[in-house]
Amino acid sequence: MNMEASKNQSSSLPDSTDLAKKRDLMQQRVARSLKRRHAQEKRFKLIGMTAVGAALLFVVLLFTTILSKGLPAFWQAHISLEIYFDEEIIQIDDKPVRMDGESEAAFNDRMLAWRTQLGFINFNRLILEAISKEIPEAPEFQRDAMRLVTSGERFGLRKMVEEDPSIIGTTQRLWLLADANVDVWMKGNIDRDLPDSQQQLSARTRAWVDDLEAKGVLKNRFSTALFMNPDSRSSLASAGLAGAFMGSLMMMLIVMFLAVPIGVASAIYLEEFAPKNKITDFIEVNINNLAAVPSIVFGLLGAAVFILWFKLPLSAPIVGGLVLTLMTLPTVIIATRSTLKAIPPSIRSAALGIGASKVQSVFHHVLPLAIPGILTGSILGVAQALGEAAPLLLIGMTSFVASVPATPFDQSTALPVQIYLWQGNELRNFFEARTSAAIIVLLALMISLNAVAIWLRKHFETRW
Amino acid sequence: MNNLVLIAVLLMMMAFVYQIGLVRSRKVAIATTGEKVRLHSRPVYHGVLLALWTVVPAALIYAVWSFLQPGIIESMVVAQLPPEALVGSDNDLRILLRRITNLSTGFGLADEAQAFELTAAAYMQQLRVTGQTFMFALIASVAATALVLNWKRIQPELRARNHVERVIRFLLIACSTVAILTTVGIVLSMFGEAMRFFSFVSPMDFFFGTTWNPRFSTVGTDGQSGFGMIPLLWGTLMIAMIALMIAVPIGLMAAIYLSEYAPSKVRSVAKPVIEVLAGIPTIVYGFFALITVGPFLSNFGDMLGIDIRATSALTAGVVMGIMIIPFISSLSDDIITQVPKAMRDGSLGLGATKSETIRKVVLPAALPGIVGAILLAASRAIGETMIVVLAAGNSPTLTANPFEAVSTMTVTIVNQLTGDLDFASPQSLVAFALGLTLFVITLCLNVVALVIVRKYREQYE
Repeated sequence: MNMEASKNQSSSLPDSTDLAKKRDLMQQRVARSLKRRHAQEKRFKLIGMTAVGAALLFVVLLFTTILSKGLPAFWQAHISLEIYFDEEIIQIDDKPVRMDGESEAAFNDRMLAWRTQLGFINFNRLILEAISKEIPEAPEFQRDAMRLVTSGERFGLRKMVEEDPSIIGTTQRLWLLADANVDVWMKGNIDRDLPDSQQQLSARTRAWVDDLEAKGVLKNRFSTALFMNPDSRSSLASAGLAGAFMGSLMMMLIVMFLAVPIGVASAIYLEEFAPKNKITDFIEVNINNLAAVPSIVFGLLGAAVFILWFKLPLSAPIVGGLVLTLMTLPTVIIATRSTLKAIPPSIRSAALGIGASKVQSVFHHVLPLAIPGILTGSILGVAQALGEAAPLLLIGMTSFVASVPATPFDQSTALPVQIYLWQGNELRNFFEARTSAAIIVLLALMISLNAVAIWLRKHFETRW
Repeated sequence: MNNLVLIAVLLMMMAFVYQIGLVRSRKVAIATTGEKVRLHSRPVYHGVLLALWTVVPAALIYAVWSFLQPGIIESMVVAQLPPEALVGSDNDLRILLRRITNLSTGFGLADEAQAFELTAAAYMQQLRVTGQTFMFALIASVAATALVLNWKRIQPELRARNHVERVIRFLLIACSTVAILTTVGIVLSMFGEAMRFFSFVSPMDFFFGTTWNPRFSTVGTDGQSGFGMIPLLWGTLMIAMIALMIAVPIGLMAAIYLSEYAPSKVRSVAKPVIEVLAGIPTIVYGFFALITVGPFLSNFGDMLGIDIRATSALTAGVVMGIMIIPFISSLSDDIITQVPKAMRDGSLGLGATKSETIRKVVLPAALPGIVGAILLAASRAIGETMIVVLAAGNSPTLTANPFEAVSTMTVTIVNQLTGDLDFASPQSLVAFALGLTLFVITLCLNVVALVIVRKYREQYE
């Protein structure tokens, strides 16, 4: 045996060197291919990391762009002026008071007359006089001087008199909003070396602005105009988000009070009560598809049904709210159903086992456990509706509205639509920042809604 | 009386009747035989049932009455107006009625009221008072009758719970039909308006026409040409394709990396951050495209010597691609993690490297699901509006050059329906025909995608 083996070995000696050679070759090949394959592995992993990095980069880029453009717009150029409410200029009767036995219409009529009288008063003269205290040569160059203060401020002064006529004859130091172009010049958002013909302000006004800024009369202060005022076209510096915010708020309330109850109820029916048949199958497919229908189609639905057939007013939050409700409904239904699905059947069985009816088992035992999940889903749905602009464009919400809506039937706009309107404003130097500021407000609202949802999920969700 | 007050009264009545039912059912449980009898339903249900039976008819009467009353009173007032007051147009009549209403509610008029106006106002006020008295009487008597009749029905064997539960079930069913009604509303309204559009323009011209240039000619004059949809469809598809070319590689590779390679810490941070992209409103993306991406691409093109417009198919496509990255990545992530571990282990056991396993085993197994995810993302890209409104340049030309401005179906819908709404002209009605086409396209994509994804899930469950 041994001999044979050794013989065998000796006889196959040339073979064995051959084999060894082959094995070496093979090993080299494997080593080479392994090297290649490991390099490939590394490359693949690197590509994956690049993809994640790219996606994260986009997030960072988006937020830094918006923040860097938008944050400065929360501070606006203000000018500190000593306003003397001159009796010579403000010549007006006493503010009417409702008399006994006077009908409301008659009183309104007298009030209107008084307001009209007030409307004829030239409050610009007050401003001009106040400016002349800072710049003595201002009266000679009225046009240039009046470019310093935004035109909406004269209405601010009028409102002060209207609210409290005893102010007449006193002197007040007020911070008035400077004109949008002054703001642009002060912040350096326009090229200071551009020739006169391309500058928005005259050379004299620009010199005054630099001068007043050095004296501390012109200053960047935190601006409440952005939050307190409705939109404006004549006085760009005082255009604000109040109207849009109110419109969005009304729509969100409508969505909350309609989409959430209806959505939860239909989810409960489909998940807990509905028999498994063709009809419920159809409803289910239908809801899944509705969730993926482009939002603009809901806008068309709103335009055709609510405006054309039901004759509801154009650009009213009620219509917007209804459209957004229909759009949010599938989201709420799907979220509620998945929450209900996650609740173990043992809870239902236990309730049924001790004699509860189906309705009792659902409403007393299943639903309370599902509330955190339902709330989370609903809030996310509402947040999504808050940022939606496309369907609102079709129901007339792009119209310019310079007032804060008082009821859901008034004309209004919404935050995302206001962003759309502002980005198209001709005064790009000013409105690029203001639009970004509006976006920051919108994103802040959405992020806080989402944060509430995440908090609810973290604190109340039970894992089965 | 104020409507709100009345609703509050009805609600209070409901609570009160509920209490009555509660007390009555408890009493009945003891009183009939002297000793305690078992009620079929708990007292709560008796209370609720009694409240429903009493207040719902009353509330219905109230709703119908207050819906009809103003119209009836108005026509009665108009009927007794002197004939010389009725000579004016409809508008004059409306103003007159407004004046009379103001007089009758005590709001008053700013100027002198005419004698016949005063009498009409008095008459209107009288009618209103009578009407309200009648309504209250009717509501009260109906509620009282219902209360008495149903009070007697509260007996131990009354199946109050079953009745109440039937009402609840009815309400639940009513709510779940809203979703169906929405779909029906979408289809009917768009179909109806689209049909009106097709009575102006032939469907052949619309679906296969290659020029989009709807002139604002008056209805019925020269031919309604320039309603060809092809340039818009092409623009939509081109932008969607660019978006997918950006989003599919990035989204898919990100999903693969996060689900197969990334340490759990990286995954738990990167995944939600990427998903933030899905929550940002599209108008924000549009603005981002307009002020950052567009100028950047344009400058980049200048460097390469290519003429890239700042608002072009490329700009819109790139930004839309960024927007749909999270859709692709989170859907593919779900699908990749669903591939059974045994398949991976088998491949690794045979000596394959991780990337080979992913490319040759996991991805082919996950392919149907990924295709489904891509189709869903495509349908979203096709229906997206705000990005393209701001960044695509709105120029409905048939061009193969992605660096030029294009227009899409959604942009055109917005353009045709904003401004003066005149639903009679083909210029605005075309929006509904476009919307219907868009709806059908996205519906088909969604249905196919959902079927694929569902089939795939079943395969590995």
